[in-house]
Amino acid sequence: MSLIQLLPVGDAEPSWLGTLAPALTAEFGVRCEILTAKLDPRFSLHPERQQYLSTEILARMQAYLAPNSYRLLGITPLDLYIPILTFVYGEAQLDGPCAIVSTYRLRQEFFGLPPDEDLLQLRLLKEAVHELGHTLGLTHCQNYECPMAASHTVELIDLKGTKLCAGCRAQSLGKFHQ
Amino acid sequence: MSSKGNILIVDDELIVRDSLGRWFCDEGYEVGTAGSAREALNLVAQQPWDLALLDIKMPGTDGIELQRRLREIKPNLIVIIMTGYASVDTAVTALKNGAYDYVVKPFDPDEITHTVQNALSHRRAEQENVRLREAVAEVARPPELIGQSTAMKRVFEAIVTVGPTEATALITGESGTGKELVARAIHAASPRKYNRLVVIHCGALAETLLESELFGHEKGAFTGAQYRRKGSFETADGGSVFLDEIGDISLKTQTDLLRVLQEREITRVGGNQSIHVDFRCIAATNKSLEKLLEEGLFRPDLYYRLNVFRIELPPLRDRREDVPLLVEHFIRKFSGSMNKRVGSVSREAVDKLQHYGWPGNVRELENAVERAMVVAQEGELGEKDFSLTLASSESADQTLEEAERAHILRVVEACGGNQTQAATVLDIDRVTLHNKLKKYGWKRTPVESP
Ligand SMILES: [Zn+2]
Ligand SMILES: [Zn+2]
Repeated sequence: MSLIQLLPVGDAEPSWLGTLAPALTAEFGVRCEILTAKLDPRFSLHPERQQYLSTEILARMQAYLAPNSYRLLGITPLDLYIPILTFVYGEAQLDGPCAIVSTYRLRQEFFGLPPDEDLLQLRLLKEAVHELGHTLGLTHCQNYECPMAASHTVELIDLKGTKLCAGCRAQSLGKFHQ
Repeated sequence: MSSKGNILIVDDELIVRDSLGRWFCDEGYEVGTAGSAREALNLVAQQPWDLALLDIKMPGTDGIELQRRLREIKPNLIVIIMTGYASVDTAVTALKNGAYDYVVKPFDPDEITHTVQNALSHRRAEQENVRLREAVAEVARPPELIGQSTAMKRVFEAIVTVGPTEATALITGESGTGKELVARAIHAASPRKYNRLVVIHCGALAETLLESELFGHEKGAFTGAQYRRKGSFETADGGSVFLDEIGDISLKTQTDLLRVLQEREITRVGGNQSIHVDFRCIAATNKSLEKLLEEGLFRPDLYYRLNVFRIELPPLRDRREDVPLLVEHFIRKFSGSMNKRVGSVSREAVDKLQHYGWPGNVRELENAVERAMVVAQEGELGEKDFSLTLASSESADQTLEEAERAHILRVVEACGGNQTQAATVLDIDRVTLHNKLKKYGWKRTPVESP
């Protein structure tokens, strides 16, 4: 049975997950549920960087995989990093079960701008589709409007759409129903 | 989906290999990792790689040494050095050894993406243009950059090394040693060669003029600014900017220049908008920047920005063995334009030229050959053909006027009384020569008619 589960990592706003679930169902055509459990990511905090190591969180998330779950997506308000990069918007296990996205650098406040909840939701959806795409074996797409396009700045995220391009869709199609 | 390229990551830290490896996989690259130089060399021997990211600090063979070996076995492999801290020294060593670039850990995701993409696309463009590049490389070394001396070989190597990188190059050397030629060669050896090289002689311009030359100006910025004008950094537009006589610029202009080098942004004189500019900087000086630093006449931060990769051009007196080659070259060059059949130069003349001090360096030698050819008969350039240009440096007890008189008369005699020809040799106009000859009481010696 195909199922996407959403896991709050740290103090993720319930409204983010609430909005995200139906949108992901619409995009991937599978059921999406929000877990009541919550992952406390303090173990992954780097004291000097004050950032959380996404790779370690992904490893810890394995324990939350339900037998009927197909993909598990963590949502966090915290700033994520991998050792070699200054930050990441998210990380996924390529062709694996777990992925995580962070809203930390998607917020307008991060850039000293007034909050914009709708814009944040939209960016989060794009990044959620992006990381889930990786778990379905997709790599970055050359089409800059496709959510699978590489985007390391919000400007590039804002250029993208929420729907996978035909090529990425065809490649990932059926993964959920194998 | 086809791979965007093969990347080899070499780092002794597992976590770096893992996280960077996975990240590049997501980006669509084929990735291999090695935990040591030995592993890396094995992998390089087994399969082709487009690009290698090398950690500079590894136990045993470090990144710099590994890069040196890789360069021998796989000269086409693009190497990017990863360093844990911003160290100009290591960066310079890496660039000198031919690294494409260096990145400081941790990387900004956007920046590393661009660095890798640019490196690969430059290489692809190069591969597509191998032929063209070879043709350009021929042109790339200007014919005047001639020499087989060790000092010049070092210069050629430096050009080949730094040319293809983005590093700022600082060329030092006395006047007339050919600093602009080196700048042109560096530009021609770079991926920016299809764009312009903008040359600015900083010492020749007053401060305000230089500023408008470098940064451009808006209409009405100052009296006479009737039109908006783009400056050098803007017109370079993907090319290079050559700043000659960088030691001559004022502290104020140095401050502005520093900003451009750091931010890659300019503001036109009289304007308030920041404009992004894309250029590679090549600078040259015949003054000692170190001395100017000590005297407080040069900003240290600008000095460090400029002094990333240094090429020192030797004075001609320090490479006398190159004199015969240069003379031959200039003879060929001028015999074409003068339509004169001078094929060679006598042994005695060469000897004399090799022992001269050449305070004006190659440029002075070029002028000397040109003048000798004006006065020479067809055939061979002899010692006497050079006497006009070199002899004056021998007597030290003459007044300037005496020396001038003797020199002018010698030249005119050597030209068989032909004042037009003599004026050319002396590099003065005919009227001036005529007046001087009148003053010195020169009388044309009667020429026998045939
Ligand atoms: Zn991605
Ligand atoms: Zn796509």
